[in-house]
Amino acid sequence: MIKGYAGKLLEVNLSAGKTKDVELDDEVLKDYMGGRGLAAKILWDRLGHKWEKVNPLDPENILLFLTGPLTGYFPGGRICVSGKSPQSNGVIGSTVGGEFGVELRCAGYDGIIVTGKADKPVYLLIKDSDVEIRDASNLWGKDAKQTMTLLTRECRELLKKRYPLFGEWREPAMLYIGPAGENLVRTAVVAAKWAHAAGYGGYGAVMGSKKLKAIAVKGTGPLPEAANLKKVEKLIDEICKVIYEGELWRRWGTGAGGYEVGAKTSSEPVRNWQEEWHDEKSFGVDKFEDRVWVKQCWSDFGCPTNCLKVAVVKTGKFKGAITDNPDYELQAYLGPNLGIFTPEGNVYMASVVDDLGLCGIQTGNVLGFAAELYQRGILTKDYLDGLELKWGDAEVFGALTRKIAYREGVGDLLAEGTYRAALKLGKMKKMDLLPYAVQSKGIGIGAHGIRSGKDYPDVISYAVSVQGGDHTSTAGLPLNGGGSELTEIFNDSAVYCNFNSFGIRRTLKFEFYKAVTGLPMTMKEWFGKRAIKTLQLQRAMLLLGGPDTKWKPKTDDVNPPRFYEPLPSGPYKGKTADEAAVKKKVKDYYKAAGWDKNGIPKSTTLKKLGLQDADEALQKLRALQS
Amino acid sequence: MKKKKEPIWIAREFTKCSGCRKCEIACSLSHEKSIWPEASRVRIFMLVPGAEFPHLCAQCEDYPCVKACPVNALSTSEYTGAVLVDSKACTACGKCITACPGRIPHMHPTEKRVLICDLCDGNPQCVKVCREGGWNVFKTVTRRNRAYELYARKPEEVTRDLCAKFYGEKGEEFV
Repeated sequence: MIKGYAGKLLEVNLSAGKTKDVELDDEVLKDYMGGRGLAAKILWDRLGHKWEKVNPLDPENILLFLTGPLTGYFPGGRICVSGKSPQSNGVIGSTVGGEFGVELRCAGYDGIIVTGKADKPVYLLIKDSDVEIRDASNLWGKDAKQTMTLLTRECRELLKKRYPLFGEWREPAMLYIGPAGENLVRTAVVAAKWAHAAGYGGYGAVMGSKKLKAIAVKGTGPLPEAANLKKVEKLIDEICKVIYEGELWRRWGTGAGGYEVGAKTSSEPVRNWQEEWHDEKSFGVDKFEDRVWVKQCWSDFGCPTNCLKVAVVKTGKFKGAITDNPDYELQAYLGPNLGIFTPEGNVYMASVVDDLGLCGIQTGNVLGFAAELYQRGILTKDYLDGLELKWGDAEVFGALTRKIAYREGVGDLLAEGTYRAALKLGKMKKMDLLPYAVQSKGIGIGAHGIRSGKDYPDVISYAVSVQGGDHTSTAGLPLNGGGSELTEIFNDSAVYCNFNSFGIRRTLKFEFYKAVTGLPMTMKEWFGKRAIKTLQLQRAMLLLGGPDTKWKPKTDDVNPPRFYEPLPSGPYKGKTADEAAVKKKVKDYYKAAGWDKNGIPKSTTLKKLGLQDADEALQKLRALQS
Repeated sequence: MKKKKEPIWIAREFTKCSGCRKCEIACSLSHEKSIWPEASRVRIFMLVPGAEFPHLCAQCEDYPCVKACPVNALSTSEYTGAVLVDSKACTACGKCITACPGRIPHMHPTEKRVLICDLCDGNPQCVKVCREGGWNVFKTVTRRNRAYELYARKPEEVTRDLCAKFYGEKGEEFV
């Protein structure tokens, strides 16, 4: 067995109400590591042969919660959630911060495979090797905060009853869904700690489709033994030393972005991306710090960065709203993208999506889409159940968000996410509404635009990413560079927070991997032989897609139309993405990734990597192209 | 001649706690030679998100835990003021936990003995990492005549107070 792994996964069949342990194969772990990579491998092995027919919200989908060998060791604990995505119909490695991954590893598991569907709402309680599927009817329908309160009480009481001499039991770590996940909203998240979420992918809906309200885990063992603990400690110290010098992230997190990404780099969504510039000083980080942050440093396990803050609205009509910072993504998407430029309005909106278990990015994206249609007279007050969806009105946006979570009225349509809503509504209106949908492969684009060229994403970041609009997994060339999607595959497969790898020398994470697992790993090996396999499998499953929609590289490896409209305001007014340059870069990317001119992984590429079955599955797509 | 050290105390400011658990990592690395959160003598409770705080021995003046031990497995260090556990003598009966006003001691997850902060023989590792990171929840101070038992409180009590402070009127309902 490789060091640093617990060595087994927990498999839970909710239809049968049974659980078992699944051992991990060393060779698979060497190639796919954990988290996102292992998710792609497991999903491909189990569902690949019938991928196009698997409805992500049917019991046959598989929901995965996977750690990696570095979880708990590398500063900043996370867990990777995956499965067939109800947004892209491919596979997203969607990670969420917190202690869940650490607790799971301390309980003796590297991850959880959930199959089937329960008859009635359940939650999973894991205490080391004791696993129970428990009734969750008292939790169903409850929001994030209620769910955590009730579950914390129930689990601690149970533990106390069972182990009365232990002393005070701490809360188990929990992942849960809110009402949005229960109602199969495609933009629902798997959440933790009130305000943390595995957002991209829509796995909250998958969890809801399985009637799985929550998972609680208490692991009382140590982390799986590392090969060279002294070296691990040294590397942790090296990381912390660098991080401690970074005042920006430690003090403000990404909270300075809500003002600066717009004002300085013109790459922030403003009113559904009609603009990417604003200079609203009311939205400055000083305002957040002074008016709403009640806790300046909030961290997940082992994290020196503490980019999170706790925010509470103290005055006005949104008094009592609680959330984290919000971080830049939610600042932008539930702020300027909706024409909201006050910390109070923004915190309120973030607390609404947290409580309902919705993704702040995807929800901000679809709300912005709807508000632009209202602005243009395409959607009227009548159609919006009487709501006047004016830019900047946080109360009305909050009301529409609730409709989405409960699939009420127009919310039922918007609960499908921006892409699917645009198609459905377009059909009804006999209009092409996709120009107003700022998304890629069914996933709303993260809050970093490409038009000004001043923020980090490359012009093909979203167009060819195997995770669509996901701003945490952007594609770039060279394939072995820092801006490559293969770099993100390392973070998401070793499973830790990539914020703690900013400013760290590039070779450190490979040394860290070796110190934990005992296995040497060169960068060349990672990029050329290992991460590339995950990328190819993700690409294969993305292109196979189905059943409700499929992506064609020719028409879908593109940027949203809005990114070709010139920026209308700000210092970069007139700038836009150059379509010819994008097309050329997409071609270059295909070549570098070993894909044919139609964007399909080549037979030779896949065979060289030992992915013969993926090659066979893609034959029919190649035939369609020729 | 080596100067005799004064007993120490770990002063604590709960509202600054980020919940990063670096104290648990340092404690378990130091005492157990592994990262082992449940075997850490200092444990971060997060009964409510945002209201994290470290739960660790407060070294009450009258040491009720020491008095309660039926097998004399607990003693106090003259040198640091810490409660010391004689691991071999301890029977894991739990009487010290009941005697503690904050129910702070807890059992070692795999061995039959109780875990209580030993102040790392005068150089607490939790304090070191917390200060290195600038959170400064902890500070090592010399032990003087103070009401240390005020800090020996049950997790729910501390959480309620922190929730009231951070979240206002309805904060305590989250506990």
